[in-house]
Amino acid sequence: MNTTILTNLVDTLPQFQGYAYPNERTLHPLWGVLIVVYPYITGLVAGAFIMASLVRVFKVRALEPTYRLALLTALAFLLCAPLPLLFHLGHPERCFEIMMTPHFSSPMAMFGFVYAWYLMAVLLLELWFDYRRDFVAWAKTETGLRGIIYQAFTLGVTDVSEPALRLDERIGRVISIVGIPSAFLLHGYVGFIFGSIKANPWWGNVLMPIIFILSAVVSGMALCVFAYMFLCWARRITAEMRCLDLMASFLFFALVVDTTIEGLDWLHRLYSAEEGIDVLRSLATSKLFYTLLIGQACLGTLAPFMLLGTMQLFRRKVAELNRRRVYFASSALILLGVLAMRWNVVIGGQLFSKSLRGFMSYKMELAGSEGWLLSLALLALPFLVLTVLVKYFLARDLPTIENVVPGAAPRGGKPPAPS
Amino acid sequence: MSENMTRRGAIKGLAGIVGGLLALPAARTCKAAVQNGLASSPAPAGYDPFKHKWLMALDVDRCIGCGLCVEACCQENSVPEGHWRTWIERYVITKPKAESGDTRGETFVDSPEAGRNGFPESLIPKEEILKSFFVPKLCNLCEHSPCTQVCPVGATFDAPDGAVLVDKNYCIGCGFCVQACPYGCRFLNPVTHTADKCTLCYHRITRGLKPACVEICPSQARIFGDRMNPVAEDPLERFIANNKVEKLKQSLGTGPRVVYAGLDEEVR
Repeated sequence: MNTTILTNLVDTLPQFQGYAYPNERTLHPLWGVLIVVYPYITGLVAGAFIMASLVRVFKVRALEPTYRLALLTALAFLLCAPLPLLFHLGHPERCFEIMMTPHFSSPMAMFGFVYAWYLMAVLLLELWFDYRRDFVAWAKTETGLRGIIYQAFTLGVTDVSEPALRLDERIGRVISIVGIPSAFLLHGYVGFIFGSIKANPWWGNVLMPIIFILSAVVSGMALCVFAYMFLCWARRITAEMRCLDLMASFLFFALVVDTTIEGLDWLHRLYSAEEGIDVLRSLATSKLFYTLLIGQACLGTLAPFMLLGTMQLFRRKVAELNRRRVYFASSALILLGVLAMRWNVVIGGQLFSKSLRGFMSYKMELAGSEGWLLSLALLALPFLVLTVLVKYFLARDLPTIENVVPGAAPRGGKPPAPS
Repeated sequence: MSENMTRRGAIKGLAGIVGGLLALPAARTCKAAVQNGLASSPAPAGYDPFKHKWLMALDVDRCIGCGLCVEACCQENSVPEGHWRTWIERYVITKPKAESGDTRGETFVDSPEAGRNGFPESLIPKEEILKSFFVPKLCNLCEHSPCTQVCPVGATFDAPDGAVLVDKNYCIGCGFCVQACPYGCRFLNPVTHTADKCTLCYHRITRGLKPACVEICPSQARIFGDRMNPVAEDPLERFIANNKVEKLKQSLGTGPRVVYAGLDEEVR
């Protein structure tokens, strides 16, 4: 009875104002919250990888404690990235057609190539070359399932002589260098999916892929700060302050660049005032007021901008504990802000009619394939995967190769991974 | 065995696997290209799509908004409730406010139930109305159709005879084409979970019949023909010769082919 009343109530609420093309008058936007989650997760992958590249390619040694965590974070999120897309499809059982018979003029068809390239040629290879020496060591010391897993991951290559490890190091660096444009490609293509839709003035924008890449870098870096602090807290150890300060600096500068480009985008839209500007303006000030102006602009950008900026200026005058708190709060705010940004792009682009004469509404369900529960589960899943990965590949009590194999070369000048 | 395995060997093995996987899509693409040539469609055997070029023209001044075309389309194509392959829009433009200096007042557009049951009387008092007219809408049969361009698997395709069709046995239901169509002509069919749109009644036109909407229109507002096989006194040819025709949203570069006569600047 209650359900009937609720359904009737939802049906009687206005679903559109003004005029919308008849096919646009649906209860839910075609691309719902799952398509919000997808670019969010993909962006976190790209950003976390860029964070790891700072250590490997740009030799920022102070960030060493977060190197492997950043790579594992990227892997955990990348493994979960296709799920929201898959659940969203009308025919998920036909999903492999994207990879098997791609239509090359479609940006979405690039998904298979970009994803496969990034997962197999970049992330897994870089991880393998970095971890190979440890797999060899762990395969010797660990027993049971763990031992079998580590043994399998050596892929039978057990040479840990000094030249072999040096070659690993060199190959790892090359992969990492290739990985940076690949990470940009991964998220640039997601931005292109939206930016290429000329039918929609909210999406069809040449800056869209760039904005997606920059916000991805910001969100990925924030995730690394968040994950590192959380891991240290969970393990009851103190996070290295030098590392945190440096991460916060990078995060701040990435945020500056991202905010500038997004600001430029808005400035350009308002100044050129093309056909759809009235619709976009009223969208920003009414339908998307809370998620765009409050969530994305104030809480997700301005607040962390001020907090991190203050830390840049007055770092020495602020006590360590307070700095930690500020960094944690800033990274959490940025993570929420970028999620709000994805919402504003994906849902916002479907809240107005392509006739530019009216607006639609979105009433999100609790359950169902486009509901709160599934999207929260999909957002939580990468964190679960990351927990498992950390348990197996970032465990504190695992030995290093020089402790296990007599005569094996120690890690070339690198301090060990966080313990 | 593992003792003998070198890193080079392992990389070679891995490269072989990756290479094999990457070669697979190319092989499948070739297969799909062959299949595309032999794609099944609602057309009868012997129909050659290369020998036709179908086109529809719409005379705005003739449309009376009766909605029979929408009804016929829904029945002919079993269009699911709440979705439309064609529809009629009613434009009501009010007189400008006195001494405003404007040439027209506000524009109100509506399309209750896509115009299927006709239109109730406008709520705007007659004396305030400057002009009012009906505009039938359907797939614009774009030459550079954005829906075809973005389909990730090639399930949507431009038939050589000008129709833009969807292979519902191949569509994955991602909705990208629906987003890419600037005219709002596409929808995701809730029954088949695939993209759906006007096919120009492909099952009819390939058998020498007219689309259902054209067949039923009492005012001949919809004119249909084959540009490659004009008949004597071809109505489509006459229509294009006798009218100043326009197309919708040309600035987007989609190359719409459906032509309109009597369009107002307010129509998008």
